[in-house]
Amino acid sequence: MNDILLSVRDLRTWFDSSRGPIRAVDGISFDVRRGETFALLGESGCGKSMTALSLMQLLPPQAAGNVSGEVILDGQDLLALPELAMRDVRGNRIAMIFQEPMSSLNPVLTVGEQIGETLRRHKKMSGAAARTRVLELLDAVGIPDRQRRCDEYPHQLSGGMKQRVMIAIALAGEPELLIADEPTTALDVTIQAQILDLLQQLQQDTGMAILLITHDLGVVAGMADHVAVMYAGHIVEQAARADFFARPLHPYSQKLFASLPGRAKRGHALAVIEGSVPSLAQEFRACRFAARCEFAWDSCRAQAPRWLTPEGEHGVRCHLYDPAITAPEQVLKAQAAAETHKPPQPGSGGTLIHVDRLKVHFPIHKGLFKRVAGHVRAVDGVSLELQRGRTVALVGESGCGKTTAGKAILQLIRPTAGSVRYGNLELTALSGGALRAHRRDLQIIFQDPYSSMNPRMMVGDIIEEGMLAQRVGGAAAGRGQRIDALLTQVGLAPEAKHRYPHEFSGGQRQRICIARALAVEPKVIVCDEPTSALDVSVQAQILNLLKGLQDDLGLSYLFITHNMSVVEYLAHNVAVMYLGRIVEQGTVEDVLQNPKHPYTQALLSAVPNVDEQTKREVIRLEGDMPSPVNPPPGCHFHPRCPHVRPECRKQYPRYTTLSETHQVNCFLYGQGSER
Amino acid sequence: MSMTAIKFVPLWTDVLIYLLVAVIVAFVLYARKREHLRSQWRQVARSRMGMASLVVLLVYVAVGLLDSVHFREAVERNGDNAEVHYSAEVLSVLDVVLTPLRERVEKTYSAPFATHLYAKEMMELPDGSSVRDYPRLDYGGAHLVNPAADRGADILATATQAALQAAAMLLVLFMLVSGVLARKNKLGFATSMGRVLRGRTELPWHIMLLTFGVLLILGMLAAHLGVKYHVFGTDKVGQDVLYQVLKSIRTGLVIGTLTTLVMLPFAVLLGIMAGYFRGWVDDVIQYTYTTLSSIPGVLLIAAMVLTLQVYVETHPELFDTIAHRADMRLLFLCIILGITSWTGLCRLLRGEVMKLREVDYIQSATAFGVGHFKIIGRHLLPNVMHIVLISVVLDFSGLVLAEAVLSYVGVGVDPTMNSWGNMINAARLEMAREPIVWWSLTAAFIFMFTLVLSANLFSDAVRDAFDPRLRKQ
Repeated sequence: MNDILLSVRDLRTWFDSSRGPIRAVDGISFDVRRGETFALLGESGCGKSMTALSLMQLLPPQAAGNVSGEVILDGQDLLALPELAMRDVRGNRIAMIFQEPMSSLNPVLTVGEQIGETLRRHKKMSGAAARTRVLELLDAVGIPDRQRRCDEYPHQLSGGMKQRVMIAIALAGEPELLIADEPTTALDVTIQAQILDLLQQLQQDTGMAILLITHDLGVVAGMADHVAVMYAGHIVEQAARADFFARPLHPYSQKLFASLPGRAKRGHALAVIEGSVPSLAQEFRACRFAARCEFAWDSCRAQAPRWLTPEGEHGVRCHLYDPAITAPEQVLKAQAAAETHKPPQPGSGGTLIHVDRLKVHFPIHKGLFKRVAGHVRAVDGVSLELQRGRTVALVGESGCGKTTAGKAILQLIRPTAGSVRYGNLELTALSGGALRAHRRDLQIIFQDPYSSMNPRMMVGDIIEEGMLAQRVGGAAAGRGQRIDALLTQVGLAPEAKHRYPHEFSGGQRQRICIARALAVEPKVIVCDEPTSALDVSVQAQILNLLKGLQDDLGLSYLFITHNMSVVEYLAHNVAVMYLGRIVEQGTVEDVLQNPKHPYTQALLSAVPNVDEQTKREVIRLEGDMPSPVNPPPGCHFHPRCPHVRPECRKQYPRYTTLSETHQVNCFLYGQGSER
Repeated sequence: MSMTAIKFVPLWTDVLIYLLVAVIVAFVLYARKREHLRSQWRQVARSRMGMASLVVLLVYVAVGLLDSVHFREAVERNGDNAEVHYSAEVLSVLDVVLTPLRERVEKTYSAPFATHLYAKEMMELPDGSSVRDYPRLDYGGAHLVNPAADRGADILATATQAALQAAAMLLVLFMLVSGVLARKNKLGFATSMGRVLRGRTELPWHIMLLTFGVLLILGMLAAHLGVKYHVFGTDKVGQDVLYQVLKSIRTGLVIGTLTTLVMLPFAVLLGIMAGYFRGWVDDVIQYTYTTLSSIPGVLLIAAMVLTLQVYVETHPELFDTIAHRADMRLLFLCIILGITSWTGLCRLLRGEVMKLREVDYIQSATAFGVGHFKIIGRHLLPNVMHIVLISVVLDFSGLVLAEAVLSYVGVGVDPTMNSWGNMINAARLEMAREPIVWWSLTAAFIFMFTLVLSANLFSDAVRDAFDPRLRKQ
């Protein structure tokens, strides 16, 4: 039996635009074998999602007529099929799951109806038979209490559950190929681990092939059998997983690995890929990566590299491996050279911010007279210290209250109780003008670089705003000079100040946001997931910048994130949050090398790891985080905890001091004490 | 008539119209320097439908503006009395332009292009006997000796002449546009002409020229035929209907634009404040607009217009002329319509601002300690302007139609003022009469329909350019 299920040959998808065709997918070829997972890896805008949509023929109208090449599914060319025949393929032979489970389900239909729709269309099932099959499918994707869930609406389900339902819908047609487009990007790490597990197990049970589209090297390492790396609309490298992770050949792949933050790279600058992805509106005559490649020499800029297979199945598109082209001596030397080292800067110490039992409760109003019916305990007694020139990472899954905590420390959300002391000042007691005067010392950088700048102001005005409000930088000329200096400091040209935010890429915008925060000479910056909306290579640039600024200016960061490798790379201290409370805190070494709280252990084990040797046993957490409206009695974590004890159900554990720097709230380590 | 023989009489609505024009000019100057505004207006300018309807709108606006310069002529006086008295009749520039239409008043109804009245009369023949027949009109087709035989040929000849003149003017205009574009783009004149013809220019000049050409031909036809005949017939007192519909343009435009001017400050300020401050400010504003919008609008308008009418009648000394009285009523109608119609926009803005205040850049401004009203002025207002603009343009046609309905009900503009609503109101009796008089209603309908249609098409183009949800990619 031919074991190749899907064969893609020279697929091209071009978009019409006012500036000529955009080559979103420009001649890619790959094979997916039965029962195996093929990963398409690439950064945003490289054309990986477009590839999936081209296979399914679900392209937007500007591109629909401009697809060429061959997509052969089991001997049948899908591109030649008319729309009517294609409908029998979609959902039936090829199924797809999308990134955003929130918007992929119809909010006015029950889960059962949505799964039943596929059954009716492709399996001609209805009535009791369909219902039985729906329940089977829900069971297969691991949804507990399936009888009840079947009649619920999407809004009643959590994000992880919705993604399971999406998978159940995809499975309903018993597809031969499942296309998973960033299936776990919108989910938390512990949920991501559950979903990836589920996909692997379903693959073993049904023998379907998976085309996995992702930007996450960690996910690829855990899931894929074969990997193809996409860059600017074509595949630059393709190999079996083990080969790829053992020895990536293309300079782009190598850079991707080098730009991953992590413990091993602490104190070093991360490798970055300079520049940005070239515009796909042009016709490429040279290597597409040449402009950003350290090794590029004349041939790279003169002619496009061929597809080469230097090591068996391991293919690459780079002149370095072309026997017909000899690279200049210095290029080969550069390739062997190691990166530069920089000694880690010790923090200067001294407490700057002291947060004590901070609480933020949002009232829930109900009824005619808006009676307070309860509270969302978003932050429920958080205590931490931030030292001068140090970074504290606040880690936790979405909905645990870490962003609210950050905003409450800055008094952007007024806390319900507790204290935030900045030096000798009690920030919670200040208001109006007094608070405004102290705002310059405490700044914030937001997660989404697209919504954090007023689209109708020029970059110069955006940076100037804080200076005007805080009367920093003197007269207009002085402010102008300072704006230039700030832009240079964050690695942008001073000319940028006359342009609008929409003209910049995500990474550049985040630099502008950093410049804006720096403009008022703050002492503390709250970084609210500043890199989670960015690609890995851009993330490395921003992390390098933040690290450099801390070394130069002695800034303190409160770094809010869910990304453990960023924490390992950047933070000095870590506080792990669960459902509004800190469950464990200590130095990076304490918490990440020697996690004590069962939640921390589970969280760390769920992080997908690129390094195959140090693969940890994944501690699987059941269920989702409970609602902060109604937290479970006793320890908040006990319903999911693998080590639960009777006392956990009764009482919230107090602080247990494990060492001078390491505290945990868990009965496993004694009864504890009040601080 | 020398220059000193007239006195300019700016009416209240005139002043507000000049203010509005000044605001628009200021906005254009402001937008020229701001790239995000310019790019959106450029998209409007590239839309064919938008520009075609803009040409139509501009012609209407030009007529309206001509009709908004009012003056009184000096009454001819004998002797050397130093004191000059002015006529009680307030005229506008448009009236002067349309003098032939304005002064050629027949006895009563006459159909379009008619040479005879629409009603039989007893006429004395030269031989002394009397006969009951349709009499000849005083002006319409008066130059014809034998109307029954010559009228068709005369109309055709005049129309051809008018069309030829219009075509010649269009050709000149086309060469002018091509020449200016050739100069601007540094191209040859012939190349530029070819580009304009084939629509290869940045703005859809061919469409704009075509639209303007159609209007020009219609205008020339009206100008040539209008002095010989009554193109749209005459009304009950023998006034030319074409003159009436042209005079009604100003009323429609004033209602459509000034109402918005009255409403905007309420809607924008209160809407933004409600959404931004929340709490008790929100409660008070919400309570106000909920109350206001639950009173039936027509009831409120009727009550206030009737009150005003009583006031005007008991204080005749406050108003110099009938025109002043009618104008005061028009202004009040605008204000009342404005007060009843700001709630929709206010509600929209409140919702949008409630979304925006949680956006990161507002939070960041708060983190910088920027004051509340600076945040409103610098961050919120520019980011809700698209909603304001879209709703203003959309509301315009609704208000023009509202005027017609209100005047029909009898609580609209002053009965002495020319307006489409009053014409439709009069047509109620004309349509019930046998044989029916259909031309007043038809003329009002055509002019109003054209204005509202082009306003709607233009607002579609504006919405496409400004609504972020509709923006492509």
